[in-house]
Amino acid sequence: MTESVDVPSRVPPLVLVSGPEDLLAERAVDSLLQDLRVSSPEVDVIDVEPAGYEAGALGVHVSPSLFGEDKAVVVHGLHEATDALQQDLLDYLADPVEHVTLVVLHGSGNRGKRVLDTLKKSRARVIDCPAVKSDRDKADFVTGEFRRARRKITQDAVQALVEAVGKDLRELASACTQLVDDTTGTIDADVVERYHGGKVEATGFRVADAAVAGEAGEALRLLRHAVAVGVDPVPIVAVLAGQLRQLAKVGGAGRGRSTDLARELGMAPWQVDKARRALNGWSGPGLATAIQAVAAADEEVKGGGRDPVYAVERAILTITRTHGSG
Amino acid sequence: MSGTAVVDGPADQLPGGVWRDVVGQAPALEVLRRAVADEDAMTHAWLFTGPPGSGRSTAARAFAGALLCSRGGCGECKECATAVDGTHADVDVLATDALSIGVAQARELVQLAGRSPSVGRWRIILVEDADRLTEQSGNALLKALEEPTPRTVWLLCAPSPDDVLVTVRSRARQVRLRTPSVEDVTALLVRRDGIDPTTAGYAARAAQSHIGMARRLATDESSRARRRETISMATRIRGVADAVGAAADLMKIAEEERDKVLTDRHAEEKAKLLATLGAEAGARTQPPHVRAQITALEKAQKTRATRFTRDMIDRALLDLFSVYRDALVVHAGGAVPLINEDSRVVVEEVAQALSAERILLAMDSIGVARRRIDANVAPLLALEAMAIDLTLPR
Repeated sequence: MTESVDVPSRVPPLVLVSGPEDLLAERAVDSLLQDLRVSSPEVDVIDVEPAGYEAGALGVHVSPSLFGEDKAVVVHGLHEATDALQQDLLDYLADPVEHVTLVVLHGSGNRGKRVLDTLKKSRARVIDCPAVKSDRDKADFVTGEFRRARRKITQDAVQALVEAVGKDLRELASACTQLVDDTTGTIDADVVERYHGGKVEATGFRVADAAVAGEAGEALRLLRHAVAVGVDPVPIVAVLAGQLRQLAKVGGAGRGRSTDLARELGMAPWQVDKARRALNGWSGPGLATAIQAVAAADEEVKGGGRDPVYAVERAILTITRTHGSG
Repeated sequence: MSGTAVVDGPADQLPGGVWRDVVGQAPALEVLRRAVADEDAMTHAWLFTGPPGSGRSTAARAFAGALLCSRGGCGECKECATAVDGTHADVDVLATDALSIGVAQARELVQLAGRSPSVGRWRIILVEDADRLTEQSGNALLKALEEPTPRTVWLLCAPSPDDVLVTVRSRARQVRLRTPSVEDVTALLVRRDGIDPTTAGYAARAAQSHIGMARRLATDESSRARRRETISMATRIRGVADAVGAAADLMKIAEEERDKVLTDRHAEEKAKLLATLGAEAGARTQPPHVRAQITALEKAQKTRATRFTRDMIDRALLDLFSVYRDALVVHAGGAVPLINEDSRVVVEEVAQALSAERILLAMDSIGVARRRIDANVAPLLALEAMAIDLTLPR
């Protein structure tokens, strides 16, 4: 994916940068412009934003200037382009102008499909910027970043980095840049620990997993972390309730193949397996107390109590206490 | 419909004329009738309070009809009939499907209240759910309520005086309705809806004299089935898994009821909107201005569905509550009739399995669940927590 950013020196007159990952798209545009400046250092770069676009403006931008220097027109966000902008693009594609490089960015969705099709038909170069979502993709991204900077990074270090700052690709990229700039030699897990130690991506799900497993300390630490990075207590309570509900359902369903059970209970098979593992240490009365504690917390986080975070903490403590008690 | 309307019959007899559907409310009727007959006993703002199903809006509409009728509420003329069904030119009814009445709606009413009546003696503004006025929308009404245009009358309905803003309450004269007796409701169902006395009796008892609910139970077999299913929950829960399952079932019952009532209505509304906008109903994509209108409609429908689901859950919880009430009656020796006479088996099983203290605890949990759902707690979670307290010993 990052390889797609490497553009040969000769830039074609039409380029389509397509895909939802902003950071990669930005980089692609930057490197295109750099390549352009190799052949024509005076190139005039014009950015066109879809918001507030006035019909005909594109025509003005592409018309030859007094000194006849090359032009690069970058159209941002074709996926939210107005009809006027789309029509102007189509008109331009029907009759392109020499000395102009047109770069069109398209995030996702169906909007601007005719422009996309026409671009592809006119044999524009297509640069893909696919969404980086899974941990595996993120690890690949990090590896790519360090390879580009000609630095070595160990596998553990990649893993630790993704876990610490992997939520947002931009954040991940700047963390990579920081490590490249500030350190020397091979980057290993210790180095990552020094820079990003103690930082973990905390979501409601991780909080709930820890709570249901009876790990009070871990659950509270994750909760504090999640709240500090801006996760609202309300969804955390919802996730806690959902997990306990699944435990109760699976616990009452008895033996049987997890796929059959999943169908019967309206859950995914992996959820059934996970609930079965988590059921270790839980008793019926324990679950009952835990569910009631979560219901009380839900009322408190929705305005019934004074301190929403405390309400969740108390629910978590009740859950971890009842775990293993019966 | 009965043809034996007695205009201005004595208060101890069955009310007649436009008042014929207002049952078991003799003292309130007395006050209202005097107001119709004597201008000096009339006021510009009235607050009808009474438990749900006691016929607040029926009473308010009948009052509107009596005020507009040239014969003081004959029940036969056009004025009476149109006032009762809310189509009279001088009667404006605000009933809301949403969780609250917004300030925009309230301001609209104030505008209406400023006009003089077009055909009758009074302009009547009827707010059916005054308890759903928010603080802002309630405040928007204050000025118009306090110094109304000479011929404007406000009729507000709410379950209890405490449900409306104190500033609104103090500007209106209160009419208190009481829960009608089971016999009154039975008689109404037999007379008005032509239901056989046995079914009517069952429905009136099971609905605990909630007139609208009783009518639905009497006329709709699936409502009866759902109620029986709800009642049977009381003996079903033996452990935490049962509790979670029972909560899910309660949710499902409420959602089924909601879908049954709302799906057709929503589709019809959408078709009507498309027709009004001149849009093609079968088109795969609609032009942007049509889409915007559809989105707005769907949002309003979703709000309505939310409220409807909550109302249905609340109804089911009251049904469930009645089982525990009956069980307590059985514990106490059964001097008063059971609400769930037809499900005596369930009641007796609960009474045997639980001590009086445990029954009270269960009733308390049902109350907590109702409060929580009202406070926006996820309904399923609130029901689960409640169902756990309803567990019977193995």
